[in-house]
Amino acid sequence: MDVADEEQSRRRWLTYLLGTSLGASFVSFLYPVLRFIVPPVTSEPSLSDIELDVKASDILPNSGRIVPFSGKPVILFRTAAGELKALTATCTHLACTVQYRGDRSDVWCACHNGVYDTNGTNISGPPPKPLTKLDVAVRGDRVVIRRA
Amino acid sequence: MSSGGPEGRAAAARLSPAAWLRDRIGWDGIAHLAAKKEVPIHRYTIFYYLGGMALFLFLVQVATGILLLLYYRPSATEAFESVQYIMAEVPFGWLIRSIHSWGANLFVGVVVLHMASVFFLKAYRAPREMTWISGALLLFIALGFGFSGYLLPWNTLAFFATKVGTDVPAQLPGIGPLLSRILRGGSDVTGATLSRFYGIHVAILPAITTLLLGVHLVLVQQKGMSVPPSLERKKPRAMKFVPDFLLRDMVGWMIAVGLLAGLAAFLPWELGQKAEPFSSAPAGIRPEWYFLSMFQFLKYLPAEIAGIPGELLGVLFFGALAAVLVLVPLLDRKASLGRPSPWWNRLALVAIAGALVLTVLALLPPPGQVKP
Repeated sequence: MDVADEEQSRRRWLTYLLGTSLGASFVSFLYPVLRFIVPPVTSEPSLSDIELDVKASDILPNSGRIVPFSGKPVILFRTAAGELKALTATCTHLACTVQYRGDRSDVWCACHNGVYDTNGTNISGPPPKPLTKLDVAVRGDRVVIRRA
Repeated sequence: MSSGGPEGRAAAARLSPAAWLRDRIGWDGIAHLAAKKEVPIHRYTIFYYLGGMALFLFLVQVATGILLLLYYRPSATEAFESVQYIMAEVPFGWLIRSIHSWGANLFVGVVVLHMASVFFLKAYRAPREMTWISGALLLFIALGFGFSGYLLPWNTLAFFATKVGTDVPAQLPGIGPLLSRILRGGSDVTGATLSRFYGIHVAILPAITTLLLGVHLVLVQQKGMSVPPSLERKKPRAMKFVPDFLLRDMVGWMIAVGLLAGLAAFLPWELGQKAEPFSSAPAGIRPEWYFLSMFQFLKYLPAEIAGIPGELLGVLFFGALAAVLVLVPLLDRKASLGRPSPWWNRLALVAIAGALVLTVLALLPPPGQVKP
């Protein structure tokens, strides 16, 4: 093998090494990226908690009101026994907004006469599913609700 | 071959797919330019690597930033949680986010070094004034990226630093309060500010950067690399950009990737506490290191100097400094004539020393307070 040939083969070898190293580095960069793109099994966090501009003492026993929570209506009410509760206010039937009925102490949808109890369980009428319960807490004198 | 007409088309039809593609994208022209590009060899050649390093780190920021967009949620109620989720749950999320945070700091550091080397080697002198000006504007954009990105995790430190930072322009008479309102998206730092900073960080600044960076890079190619005046007459040797300089560049980039991955693994970027807009500011609120000198300078200003509010003077002073920085190539007449300009060097050294001293002072615990 003459000198030129040797030069040639050495150059080829070096080019090969350079190419494979670059390729391997690229793959090693790509691996975390591909793993990152695939979402993990645990679902993404949604809203943790929201402090409402509502005084706890403003919600009288056996009454309720609708408050916004992450762009959706939530019904906040105080039972006759004095307990503060919150439920998603979107009726599971056809998405009307429900209301608290003081005279019957239940949650009622005026659109198609769906009735839920104070835990959100659908007890009569068309609603196929219960309303979702939310956690309620009082921070200072403000009401805080968070997804249960 | 690129000519139209039936002959051209018939010739094109006979091309191999690779040759066809090369013909269509004008590859030969690009290859010709790349083959012509040279980098002078002299004792300051090492400083030529800083521009490429800044570009590389910027691209790392773009790549990691785009990935973070897949999970990040820009709202006051969800931003902190989504970053927490990225750090704790998403596979390699800690790596991507820490590289983005560390990379931002490294990027600003390299850009500052790049600028300093260009300054002291007088590379801004004619005919490269516009390259400097576009670069100086890019530095401000980089600081804007840092400032807007700092708020996005919605933690306490960033929340209050942003309150202070967006209050600074409010000192300007007349348009100040309006400017501050525009920045904040309201009269205070709220979720609206977060939306705004998010838009600025991922859309407005990237768009401006694309434009300015394009101009900057085209100018660098057009004018070629500057040789310092002291070496110009010696006509230094040069190396080919492709492959000689590029391969050396890549060694530097590999080291940067290693450094970023190492920093991310051993010193993952902290998330801190979620911002509580209605709590009082905790002690030790401070901005990113590259704003510390300004932050400290504002602390020293008295409430009033000769009847003018101190803060206003500070803001005007920074504005003047920024204007001088951008316009250096036009102000430094001597350098443009190829003569030494020692006074500009002294001025720059004083400015750098001043910034360093202020930064160190900002990092020290305040007097009377013992560090726990």
